[in-house]
Amino acid sequence: METQSFFVYVLVMALVTYLTRMVPLVLFRRRIRSTFVRSFLAYVPYAVLSAMTLPGILYSTGSVPSAAAGLVVAAALSWREKSLLVVALAAAAAALAVSLIPGGAL
Amino acid sequence: MRDYKSGLRDGLAIGLGYLSVAFSFGINAVNGGLAIWQAVLISMFNVTSAGQLAGLELMLKLAPLLEMVLVQLTINIRYSLMSISLSQKLDRDMSTLHRLAISFVNTDEVFAVASAREGLLNRHYLYGLITMPYLGWALGTLLGAVAGEIMPGVVTRALGIMIYAMFVAIVLPPSKKYRPIRVVALTAAALSIALYSLPIPGLGGLSIVVCAVAAASLGAWLFPVEEG
Repeated sequence: METQSFFVYVLVMALVTYLTRMVPLVLFRRRIRSTFVRSFLAYVPYAVLSAMTLPGILYSTGSVPSAAAGLVVAAALSWREKSLLVVALAAAAAALAVSLIPGGAL
Repeated sequence: MRDYKSGLRDGLAIGLGYLSVAFSFGINAVNGGLAIWQAVLISMFNVTSAGQLAGLELMLKLAPLLEMVLVQLTINIRYSLMSISLSQKLDRDMSTLHRLAISFVNTDEVFAVASAREGLLNRHYLYGLITMPYLGWALGTLLGAVAGEIMPGVVTRALGIMIYAMFVAIVLPPSKKYRPIRVVALTAAALSIALYSLPIPGLGGLSIVVCAVAAASLGAWLFPVEEG
């Protein structure tokens, strides 16, 4: 990627992100009345993160089996409500372990 | 000054937590081929995990700018709700200028801590609150990007899963407890997998937008959130 297009992408990203935060804080002085809109906005984070994680996580390590091992570990530890850092490190360790299995063309 | 320090203290835990999330972003950025300074620049300008990760993928495949706009808008629209909510808690001295500055670092965690604080918020507290998260985010990205450059490929590729694992750790616990969130999360994941396996030309990063809007709409329709 050329440096120039990198700057264009970053500028667009940053501008849109900033506007979503800034415009309501500066302009909005009243509450949203619509229950549907409020509910929709409340669910958006979970919907976004889930859609990003599956199937994306399976392609995050360059090999599906190692990523699948990481996913299983991440899910198991998240279920037990371990901290973000613990979950992330354990998932990476599991992925690394599987990718180091000798001879497995994983 | 006392309020600034109080905010600084409240923000410290967030900043430390951001070190690790940003570290994973830094890893992913250099894994994808960006330079260290580019990874850090993205973090300093955006200060958002999911949006940056999606944006990174889009820029690496040279996606159209309109796609970038739509994806960022969908992923980050939740900040609008948070900003609306936060706007109700600001004291009278919060002029437009300070609102412009504070909103730059209104992340999920900053919002959560600010909302939980009793009474109205003044600007000193908020500036204190956003200081450590911002520094942690930038520094963590730098450390991750540097680590990504110097560590062996087999290790950095495995570390590429960290940021996704954190997403799992964010979504799974509330999904376990609350059925509406579980339904929304499962719907979004199922749609995303389905769209991924269907060869729809030109869908690309918009898949996340389609899945998120559909799943969140379903959630809002089935389980309207009561006043609160």
